[in-house]
Amino acid sequence: MRVLAALSGGVDSAVAAARAVDAGHEVVAVHLALASASPSATPGRARGCCTIEDSRDARRAADVLGIPFYVWDLSERFGRDVVDDFVAEYAAGRTPNPCVRCNQKVKFAALADRALALGFDAVATGHYARIVEGAEAVTGTRELHRSHDLAKDQSYVLAVLPPHRLATALFPLGTAATKDEVRAEAAARGLALADKPDSTDICFVPDGDTRAWLGARLPEGAREPGDVVDSSGRRVGTHDGAAGYTVGQRRGLRLGVPAADGKPRYVLSVSVAERRVVVGSAEELAVDVLSGDGAVWCGPAPQSGQRLGAQVRAHGAELPCTVEDLDDDGGVRVRLDEPARGVAPGQLLALYDGTRVVGSATLAA
Amino acid sequence: MTAYLDHAADTPVLPAAAEAVLAEMTRAGNASALHSSGRAARRVVEESREEIAAAIGARPGEVVLTGGGTESDNLAVKGLYWARRSGADGDPRRTRILVSAVEHHGVLDPAHWLGEHPAGLGAQVEELPVDGEGRLRLDALRESVERDPASVALISVMWANNEVGTLQPIAEVVELAARHGIPVHSDAVQAVGQVPVDFAASGLTALSFTGHKLGATTGVGGLVLRRGTPLVPVLHGGGQEGGVRSGSVDAAAARGLAVATTAAVATLDERAAALRALRDQLAAGVLAVVPDAVVRGAVREEHRLPGLLHITVPGAEGDALLYLLDARGVECSTGSACTAGVPQPSHVLRAMGLSDADAAGALRFSLGRTSTTADVARVVEVLGPVVERARTAGLALAGS
Repeated sequence: MRVLAALSGGVDSAVAAARAVDAGHEVVAVHLALASASPSATPGRARGCCTIEDSRDARRAADVLGIPFYVWDLSERFGRDVVDDFVAEYAAGRTPNPCVRCNQKVKFAALADRALALGFDAVATGHYARIVEGAEAVTGTRELHRSHDLAKDQSYVLAVLPPHRLATALFPLGTAATKDEVRAEAAARGLALADKPDSTDICFVPDGDTRAWLGARLPEGAREPGDVVDSSGRRVGTHDGAAGYTVGQRRGLRLGVPAADGKPRYVLSVSVAERRVVVGSAEELAVDVLSGDGAVWCGPAPQSGQRLGAQVRAHGAELPCTVEDLDDDGGVRVRLDEPARGVAPGQLLALYDGTRVVGSATLAA
Repeated sequence: MTAYLDHAADTPVLPAAAEAVLAEMTRAGNASALHSSGRAARRVVEESREEIAAAIGARPGEVVLTGGGTESDNLAVKGLYWARRSGADGDPRRTRILVSAVEHHGVLDPAHWLGEHPAGLGAQVEELPVDGEGRLRLDALRESVERDPASVALISVMWANNEVGTLQPIAEVVELAARHGIPVHSDAVQAVGQVPVDFAASGLTALSFTGHKLGATTGVGGLVLRRGTPLVPVLHGGGQEGGVRSGSVDAAAARGLAVATTAAVATLDERAAALRALRDQLAAGVLAVVPDAVVRGAVREEHRLPGLLHITVPGAEGDALLYLLDARGVECSTGSACTAGVPQPSHVLRAMGLSDADAAGALRFSLGRTSTTADVARVVEVLGPVVERARTAGLALAGS
C-alpha cells in the first residue's frame, strides 16, 4: 500500500511510520503545519505539535527512515475547525475536546482526503488504538479497538471516525505493549527523538494555561463577571466570566463562603447566557443518565437495551451502562450502572463493547 | 532514473573543481600564517582570487571571499548602508534603502531588518514595483530616487531573478544612480556563469555571487566591491579580506570557486545556447501536455536566463505537484522560499501581479550543465497525469 504517515515530530508517530515501512508499505511522511505559518509566531515555543523544532524533528525522523518528507499547511482548517470551535464551545458553556475535533475534521478528513486524492491508500498516525479486521472482527467490518496498552489507549479521541474513515486509517502502535517499548524501539532505530517528552496539554495553548489563553479570545459577553451560586441559588462567590469553567471542576473556584458541611465543592453547571456558575457537593455532581447528540458509529449502530461501556473523558474510566434510547437525529441516551461525577457537556461520550469502539456522541447539557 | 531540474537551487560540482578542492583541503596552512605552509595557502587564495576577478571583470582586490550568496548580500546591504549612513564619510540623511520587490530573501530580509531594528538607525526600506514579467519598473525607481536623492543610502537590484529567471535592467539602474552618486548592489547569484557579467563594465558598486550555483562547492562565494568603497564589516575578528570579512579564508573552497567560475564563464556561450534549446523543448513539451499552463517571466530572450522555465498550473498546488513529480523521478522546485517547509505564496509572483490562487500552482524547472534531452522527456512524460492528479487533490481539499 501507499501510506501517508503523519509525523508530528514526536516519538509515537515516528515509530508508527517506521512500522509502516517495516510492513512493506511505500511510505511518505507529512508534517502538518497547524499553527500560523508565520515564522515569527513560533520561535521559542517549547511545547506544541507544530513548532519549528517539531518540524525539524519530524524531518530528521523521515531522513532516518529514508522516506520522503513534506510539510502540508493545514493551518486554516485547523484554525477554523479546531481552534475557533474550541473557543466557541467554551463561550457556549461547554467543555470541548480539541484532539477529537482535530481527528474528525483535520487528520482524518482534510489530510485523508488530500492523501487519497494524491494516490495514497491510507493515512498512518501514532495513535494508540487498534484496527481489527478479517476473522477477528466480530461485526464483520473493519473495527476500531482500544490499544493493547490500556494505559496509553487513545481510542477515545478516535471514536468519531465513521467506517469510511476507518477504512483508510492505520494505527501501527496499537499492538505495542507500552510506551516504554515504543521509546526503546525508537532508540533502537536510531530515532533521536526517542527521549522527547510526551505532549500532554492542548497543542495550541503554548504555556498550558488554558484559562488565560481563553480569556484573551472569548467574546465580551462570555467574559462578564457574575455570581457563583449553590444549588439552592445562594450566592457563594463571584466569577469573572462563566465560560472557561468546566463541570466537575474543583480548583480555582475562589469561593468566599465555605460550604456548610465543609466538604469540597465542584462546578455543577455553567450558564454563559445567565453569567452563572452553579457549584455543589460531589453527591450533587453525580448523574446516572448520559445524553449525547451528533452520534457517529464506527461500525454497526448499537441497539436499545444493549450493554456497553461509556467513557466520558480522555483516559477516563469505562462505566458500564445500558443503551436506553437512540433516535434518528443522532441522539443517544445511556443509563449508567453506577452514577458518575464530572460529566461535562461538550465532551465526547464514547461507547465500547469490550475493547471495540462502538461509536460516540457529544455530551449534551 | 531521476531527472534533476533544480540547478538554480544547486548544481553539481564540476569534477575539476572537486579535484582542486580535494587536492587543496588535505594540506595544512592558514593563509594568514607567516610560515611556508601559510604562505603556500595564501598563494592559493590569491591566485584563486585573481582568476575569479579575471572571470567576472573585476580587480583581484575587489573580490571579497565569503561563505556564500546570503552572506554576500547581508554584507553588501548592511555594510553599504551603515557606511553611507554613519561611516566616516556617511551622512545621517541617507536613510532610504531601495530594493526591487522581487529580490531574494538574502537581500530583502537584511534590508527589512535594518528598517525594523535599532541597529538600522531609522532605515526606511522601499520595495520598488516590477512589471508583469518581473522586471523592475524604472519609472518607479526614477520617481523614488528623484523625490529625494540625498536620502538614498543604496539601491539593490538583482541581476537575474531566482524564481522566474527575469534579468533586470542593471545598466539603467546604475546610470540613474550614478547621476546622484548612489551606490548600487546587485545579487548576481543566478547570473554569474549563466549570462555575461562584467563587473567593471556594469558600473556596480557591489555584486554578490556564490559557488554552488556555478559548479563550485556550497559555502563559498564572494562579494565584489568596487575599489575604495567604504563598507562596515558584519563579521569582526582577524581582519582578513582587507578587514571587510574576518575569518580564516578557506583556501580549498576558494580554489574550487576559481576553477568553477573560470570554467563556467569560459563555456558560457555554448552552454547557454544548449540550455536555451533544452528549455524551449521543455516549454513546448509542457504546454503540449498542460495547455493551460502559463509560462511566467520575461518573453524576450535577452531578458531571460537561458536555463530556467517557470510555469503556473491553474487549479493545482505547487507542493502537490512537487510531491507527485518527485515520486515519479522528477526533481524541481516551486521556486519560492519555504518556512519549515510550509509553502508560502511567492512574493515574486505577487509582485508580478498574480493572485495567490494563480501563484499557488508554481513550478520552476531549472536546467544546468548536466541536463539532457532525456530529463526534458521525463518531465513531459509524467507531467500530464501529475497535473490531473494534483488538480483532483486541490478540489478534494477545497471541498472537504
